[in-house]
Parts: sequence; structure tokens; C-alpha cells
Amino acid sequence: MQRKARREGSPWQGLGVVTLKELSDHLTSARMRVLEWLVVLVAVAAVYAAIQQIRDVTAQDPFLFLRLFTTAREPLPSFVSFLGFLVPLMAIGLGFDAVNGEHNRRTLSRILSQPIYRDALLFGKFIAGLLTMTVSLVVLWLLLIGLGLIMLGVPPGGEEMARAFIFLLVTIAYAGVWLALAMLFSVIFRSAATAALVTLGLWLFLTVIWPSLAPAVALALAPAGDQATQVIAAQMLARLSPSTLFAEIVLAILHPATRTLGPVYLSQLQGAVMGAPLPLSQSVLVAWPQIVGLIAATILLFVGSYIVFQRQEVRA
Amino acid sequence: MSEPVVEAKGLTKRYGAAIAVNGVTFSVGEGEIFGLLGPNGAGKTTTILMLLGLSDISGGQARVFGHDPARNPLAVKRRVGYMPDTVGFYDNLTAADNLHYTARLMGLSAAERGKKIRAALARVGLLESADKRVGAFSRGMRQRLGLAEIVMKDARIAILDEPTNGLDPQASLELLDLIRDLKASGVSILLSSHLLDRVQSVCDRVALFNAGKIVLMGTVAELGRQVLGGGYAVEIEADGGNDLGKRLAALSGVRNVSEPEPGRWRLLCERDMRADAAAEVVSAGGRLKQLSLDHPSLENIYTRYFQNAQEVAHAA
Repeated sequence: MQRKARREGSPWQGLGVVTLKELSDHLTSARMRVLEWLVVLVAVAAVYAAIQQIRDVTAQDPFLFLRLFTTAREPLPSFVSFLGFLVPLMAIGLGFDAVNGEHNRRTLSRILSQPIYRDALLFGKFIAGLLTMTVSLVVLWLLLIGLGLIMLGVPPGGEEMARAFIFLLVTIAYAGVWLALAMLFSVIFRSAATAALVTLGLWLFLTVIWPSLAPAVALALAPAGDQATQVIAAQMLARLSPSTLFAEIVLAILHPATRTLGPVYLSQLQGAVMGAPLPLSQSVLVAWPQIVGLIAATILLFVGSYIVFQRQEVRA
Repeated sequence: MSEPVVEAKGLTKRYGAAIAVNGVTFSVGEGEIFGLLGPNGAGKTTTILMLLGLSDISGGQARVFGHDPARNPLAVKRRVGYMPDTVGFYDNLTAADNLHYTARLMGLSAAERGKKIRAALARVGLLESADKRVGAFSRGMRQRLGLAEIVMKDARIAILDEPTNGLDPQASLELLDLIRDLKASGVSILLSSHLLDRVQSVCDRVALFNAGKIVLMGTVAELGRQVLGGGYAVEIEADGGNDLGKRLAALSGVRNVSEPEPGRWRLLCERDMRADAAAEVVSAGGRLKQLSLDHPSLENIYTRYFQNAQEVAHAA
């Protein structure tokens, strides 16, 4: 008997169909509408507060426009902190029932009996989720810039726009991580409620608990090391959380004066002009490992769900 | 007979140490309705999923139109229409939209889609519900929509898993009619069911499953001869007459007479002896009230087979 090592046909057959269907499902779902309103209201509130604050302290800041993103006024957090909080929530909301929902509606085996591979279904769902996030984030981003133009009356410079745009791309990648995580759990757990709870639990853990737990873990792992080793180890551990990575990237991209994201020795600061902004390319370079980390985490999580899904029984 | 449409040779499925399907061999000829019958958990659905390439094959061989479902799943899935056990649809979409989605997955062109969907819906009697949301559909309508999908696909073989499961008698009769109709248009059908008597009427040949194995296979009449010992069972109900039981037993051709209750006799004969028995009752001075010939029913065959098997096991 002749055995073919490769399977016939393209794994992407049906990908576009699945993506479009999922996209239209997302964009018309009540869930999505609630999330969008939440995000818009919260963002407008944050921007309004930021603008009040910026007007109060009109400094000669060359990156005044970027302050829109990062300035907070009590009791509201900054726009960036809002996004760091809401983007995972939206992504998890879109992904937690991606695959188990098909199981529970008993549509999975019917769809998979059409001439497509499982790849197309899973990847199509991921792309649709990410596109939905992208659409909302781009809208939000334009909204913010528009509001900024109207209320500040200062046009942003070219570099500011470039930084703001990179920030947008990074936020989309950040959404990708949580979407991939939510989809992984939607493959693993048959019950959508379980998948949602586990993903949300992990998100809370990674965002709130892990950054403060990391130093303790570092201490337990390397009790004999000197202080510098421990600080570095703690930071490395904290970076296992996508939230930490996102916060660090935001710091490097939106605060052009940021020269490093780790601890530095005093000797390394010799000759540095403190507070002087870095050029854009250098800022990106500072955050590059974190950016790669976010994208890599997305890919790893997606591959994980892919492997689990391929081996899963489709019968309900 | 021409080349079989579906062929399984020693098909086996293992889950760890447990064997779900154990060396199953059968074939479905062109234009035939073949029934996989047996209790729940006997391995029917697993066999079907292996034939569709939706579940890995642990051993043996499967061929659908000469294609190996494990190697060429797309080629198999293009030609096979599958309706899973309690088929599910997207409740928020209309019947037509649900079919549009699968039609696109099949790769039908836009022009073909509209025409085929209307024709398929008309064929199963759902045309007037085409624009209703599936969420409002009854179980029977969903099953019919599942058949419409197969019709739309122009499948050469329809694999139906428990098509009448959970339907009221009226709906299941309608569905069986549609299945006969499908056969009349030249489609081969492989169906599974645990409701022996209900599908007996449509199946040309059946395979009885038990604990992952096919224990009996053939036409219902063949199985009847094989298991019920051939011969004809004639039932008589009569009043009066002298020694009716003895006189009936004395007829030549009667092997055995039993009297399940007073006034009712059951004759096992070598041929159809209704006329002889009736004449005997009358000549004995009895008044004949009822006379019937038992057709072998799958239910009887199945229970009798296991009684026999148990007796053999006890005797050993």
C-alpha cells in the first residue's frame, strides 16, 4: 500500500469562510457591544481626566501628546492602565467559548465533516477574534487622538504619532496573548463557564499577584545570591506575565526618556544626560525583547491549543 | 454488485487499554441502506467517526470511495454527508444562513448556493421556515435541516448517526420517509440506531453491534433464519374445540406447539401453515378468532441472540 507522509489539500481551505463567519458573529454579539461601550466610556473618562491634568501642569514637554496616554488624575487611572486592564477582559470575553461553544451547540462534528481541516476552524476563530480586537482598538485609538486634538489644541509631532502607532500595534499583540490563552482553555475545558473562570483566574494571578510574588520566588530560588542578582532574577520572573511585559513596553515607547527597563549600576550611568529623550529607534530597541516576548507567547499559546485540538475527540 | 462505497476491514479503535471498536468488518454497497444497530456505547458512533477521518484509526482499514479517511480526509469529506447524533446548528442564524455557511465551507459558488439551498430546504419541507432562526426549531426540524445539508452537498453517501433519536413517532416516520426518498435518488446510506424496530423498516442490510464487535450481519430475513432457527411462527387464537393443541401438533410440518395462555397457541412450522392450521381448528369444532404469521423482528432477533449466547456461556 502506498502511504503518503503529507496530507492532501491545503490546511487553509475554508479559513476565510470561518473567519468571516466568526467575525460577523463577534461584531453582532451582545457581548461585544457591552464590552465596546465599556471600553469607550472608560477611555473617554480617562482622557478627559488626563487633559484636565495636562492643562494644569502645562510644562514645556516636547511629547505633550503622548502624555494623553499616560497621565493619570486621581481617582482615575491613565488610559494606558485602563487598556492594560480592559484589553485582556475583552480578549477573554471573545475567546473563552470559541471551541467548547461549538461542542456544546453540537455543531463541531457537523462543521468538521465538511471538507476542511481542523486548522482552518481554530485559526479562523483566532484571526476573527484578533480582527475584532483590532477594529475596536483602532477605533479607540483614533477616538483618543481626535479628542486630544480637539481638547488640547496642539497637533502631535511625527515622532509622537509613530510612537502612538507602535503602542497601538503592541496593544493588539497584547490582546493576542490573552485571546490565545482564552482559546487554549476553551479547547481544554468542555464547559465554557469553567474555561472563562480559569482564564480570568489566571489573568488576575498574572496581573495582580505574580508581580508582587516574583521577588519572594526569586529569594526562595537564589537565597545566597547578592542583591543585584536577586533584583534581576525577580524582574525576569515578573516578565513571565504578559501584563509586566506590556507595562514595560508602554514605559519605553510612551516615555521617550526611558533608557533601560532593568536595574543599572551607577557606573553605567556615567556620561548619560538624564531626562533627555531617546530617538524612536532606540526606544523600540529598549523594548524589543518585551515585544518579541509578547508575540512569542501568543504563538506558543496558539500552538498549544492547536496541538490539544488536533488530538481531541470531536464526539460530544 | 459494483464496488462498495464504504468498506471497513478489521477496523479497531483503542482508548488506552479499553477497546471501543474491535475488528469491525463490513461494506456498504451502492444505493443501499445499511444499518449499524446496537445499544448505546457499542461503538457505532466511533466507527462512523473513523470512517469520516474525524477520529484516528488504531488498527485495520477503512475505505470510502476507495479513499483512506486517515490519509485523504478532504477527499472523503467532500463526498460524504454526515449528520451527527442530535445535530446542532447556530441558533442565532436562520436555517438558510446555517446552510450558507456550510455551503461556503464546501466551496460552492455563490450562484450555486442560493439555488441548492432552496431546493434542499424544499425537499425536506422546510422552505417556509428558511428565514426563521434555528433557535425556534423543534428537534424534528433540526434533523430535517441536517438532511437538507446532505441533500445540498450532493453527497453520494449519507452517514446518519441516530437520525430518529429523540423524535416523536410522527416526526421519526417523516424522517424515515425522507431517508427512503434519499435512497430513491441514488444515495447510499449508512445509519446507526439503537432503536431496532424503528429503523428495521428502512434498512436493506444491518449489522448488529455489541461491545465493539459486529455480532450479526445480513438482511433482516437472513438474520431471522439464522437466529430464530428459520421456520415460521404461526399464532392462533381460538375458542372451543377439543384438544386443539394436540391436533395442531399432529399436523405434518409442525415442529412445536406452545400455549402461552389458554386459547392461544404458537406453532413453529417448516412452512407457512396458516391455511392448514385454520382448517384444523375449524374441523375440530373451534371458532377461529385470530391467525397471524410472525415476521422476524430485529428486537426478537437481538434478544434471542443474546439469550442463546448466554445459554452457551452458561453451558460451557
